Amino acid sequence: MSTLAGTSQLIGLVLKRDLGRLIAWILVLAGFPIITANALLELYGAPSARADLIATFGSNPAYSALLGPIYDSSIGALTAWRIGVIGSVLVALMAIFMVIRHTRDEEEAGRQELLGATVVGRHAPLTAAMSVVVGAGFIIGTLLTVGLAGLGLEISGAFAYGAGVAALTAVFVALGGVVAQLTSSGGAARGLGVGILGVAFLLRAAGDATAAEVLGWISPIGWFTRLRPFAGERWWVLGLSIGLAIVVAASAYLLASRRDLGAGVLPTRIGPGEAAEGLRNATGLAWRLQRAAMLGWSLGVAVLAAVYGTVADNVDEIFGGNPELADAFALLGGADRLTDTFFSVTASVLALVTAAYSIRTALRLRAEEEALRAEPVLITSVARWRWMGSHLLFAFIGPALMLLIGGLVMGATYGSAVGDFDGELPRLIAVTLAQLPAVWVLTGATAALFGLLPRLTEFAWGLLVALLFLGQVGQILRFPHWLLNLSPFTHTAGLTLENLQVLPIAVLVALSAFLAVIGFAAFRHRDVIP
Amino acid sequence: MIAVHVSNLIKNFGRISALDGLDLIVSTGEVHGFLGPNGSGKTTTIRILLGLLRQDGGTATLLGKDPWNDATDLHRRLAYVPGDVSLWPNLSGGEVIDLLGRLRGGLDGKKRARLLDRFDLDPTKKGRSYSKGNRQKVALVAALASNVELLILDEPTGGLDPLMESEFRAVINEERSTDRTVLLSSHILSEVEALCNRVSIIRDGRTIESGSLDELRHLSRTSVTAEVSAEVSSLRGLPGVHELRLEDHRVTFEVDSEHLGPVLSQLSRLGVSSLVSHPPTLEELFLRHYRQESGRS
Repeated sequence: MSTLAGTSQLIGLVLKRDLGRLIAWILVLAGFPIITANALLELYGAPSARADLIATFGSNPAYSALLGPIYDSSIGALTAWRIGVIGSVLVALMAIFMVIRHTRDEEEAGRQELLGATVVGRHAPLTAAMSVVVGAGFIIGTLLTVGLAGLGLEISGAFAYGAGVAALTAVFVALGGVVAQLTSSGGAARGLGVGILGVAFLLRAAGDATAAEVLGWISPIGWFTRLRPFAGERWWVLGLSIGLAIVVAASAYLLASRRDLGAGVLPTRIGPGEAAEGLRNATGLAWRLQRAAMLGWSLGVAVLAAVYGTVADNVDEIFGGNPELADAFALLGGADRLTDTFFSVTASVLALVTAAYSIRTALRLRAEEEALRAEPVLITSVARWRWMGSHLLFAFIGPALMLLIGGLVMGATYGSAVGDFDGELPRLIAVTLAQLPAVWVLTGATAALFGLLPRLTEFAWGLLVALLFLGQVGQILRFPHWLLNLSPFTHTAGLTLENLQVLPIAVLVALSAFLAVIGFAAFRHRDVIP
Repeated sequence: MIAVHVSNLIKNFGRISALDGLDLIVSTGEVHGFLGPNGSGKTTTIRILLGLLRQDGGTATLLGKDPWNDATDLHRRLAYVPGDVSLWPNLSGGEVIDLLGRLRGGLDGKKRARLLDRFDLDPTKKGRSYSKGNRQKVALVAALASNVELLILDEPTGGLDPLMESEFRAVINEERSTDRTVLLSSHILSEVEALCNRVSIIRDGRTIESGSLDELRHLSRTSVTAEVSAEVSSLRGLPGVHELRLEDHRVTFEVDSEHLGPVLSQLSRLGVSSLVSHPPTLEELFLRHYRQESGRS
């Protein structure tokens, strides 16, 4: 029997289970750049308008760290700059999550065993999962090419954009295939995959913002900007992605053929025969289940904040000799110091990252319920609100902790760089912590979804992606105010120590509490369903 | 005293009816068998009793309280072993046993150690590396090591090997002597037969029979197998004889319990050289019941 037997049937199975999810990813990932390009065409059609934009953001290392460099003044190049890196990260997340979902998760759930005993080759599940997601990347690339070219942008640039996204998908599909072999749990595989993506993102940030440009060349995320769509395409960069994808995918197969079904390459350890004192109530259990992720995410936030804090020093330098430009820039950001604007943007990035943590942590409720692991706890003396609260506790305090860490690290790195440690530390802690109420609104919304629509709890991710889009491009694309105001992040953006507004903070905290209470009440009154 | 009182219970999942007027009465101190084929509504009933699901109609009372509204109070007084045990992948078996015991409000350390030994369970393995049977043992030890009033067991031996299954029976028989109430859902009839005082048989979300094993047997027949030397046609036509079959000199038949005497005296005239007779196993009872039911429907 060939090790690939049954692959086509498995592809059918993956599509049957996840067609809706795939279509959602494809629409989001192809839609964002096209919508952005379209809006840029309308708003910045005149070259003079674009010149202002580029003068403000281009060649500024701090913004290069966030978004990558601007290579050209064309609409296409600006689109690639504004949405390229964020889009790349989202594409990579889709690839990692979807591959793990259909390989390691299936194995962990024991369903692979059921299939493995039929005429399904050893490598068929991996091949099917990877083919489907590479296919999705190909469709996204095609839609991007057609869509961007359809807007009248340069065809070669549109093709480079699409091909770059498709090649990037392939790289992270292969990476997902590898991490799925390494660990025996899907959660650990996702953690590892996202960790590697984080390193790739930071390498690119460092490479784009500092003199060490070579760092960007060892990051697949960096390759997308270095392909330079709409700015004198360097086609050979595509070869790097494709080559890496092939090598990484080959190692996934090599690992897969050297391990047993259900096992990872990394060994599983034995545990204690008796529970520690702390493992005695619902909160103790939730802490045990959540602590590794909380530690990992906190570390990630700290590293990200350190990078931002370090490059921020360049913001003042660059504009120091040009007060007029500095004024224009400050007007655009609405803050009186350039670095304020920069930190307001970085704080909102940190807020999005911690919101993602908070949502995944709150979604653990549904995962536990679905895996029948809520029941053994709920049929002890633990009341429903207590069990739900035990996980939500970490979804609420996790972001607080991480934003505090982010502010601390940014303040410490930036403060020591500019020699004003005592001043910058509290200032930046205030800027990042001011984002917390907005993050909590998403936490509350996830809790409400869990109570009201348990089978649709994952919709919380859709909410985050929508807010990400609004926040990242809404301002630049001049979306109407009412639309921007729908996002809680709009109301916390630009809050500083000197400019702390109590009202929006109070309203957001109240809203998040209200949503959480709805969630608690609804869960109290519904069936526990797998 | 009544430990579990369920009457006319109704539960629908969307348009699918899971329970359609189910009745169940379990007295305090008895081991009650809850029998039914797959998908008949056993687990749904239990999940309502545990306060995980809310019934759409009828009443359910557990230890005198309402399973939905008084859930946490009740849960201190009961322990549950599901048929499909799902453990946290990165918690060891020992940690799960301790945790669940503490969440319930206490664990008997001596019992825990003894049960681990009896079930031959290694508590240091992580949840993800246990087999189905071992996961079930973790849940069994967690439930049995507590001194609760009511044990609810949902097909608890599905993954156990015969050795462990007999150990399980021994443990339950000891529980019986401590005046604890046990609700044992099963489709393994020999298990129910070996352990239970009373049984309720359900099908399609409805109770079709309930009573002590003796009562149920009374309605039923005795199976007889005999080696005879003479012609057996005299047995044919005797009141209460069914399913008469003859192979060479070996005769097998079933006889209604109230006609057993006359039939045996007739049989003894045929030169019996060997005789095996046994009361109907629950297996036979069960099969006959379902055959009739499906014949009717």
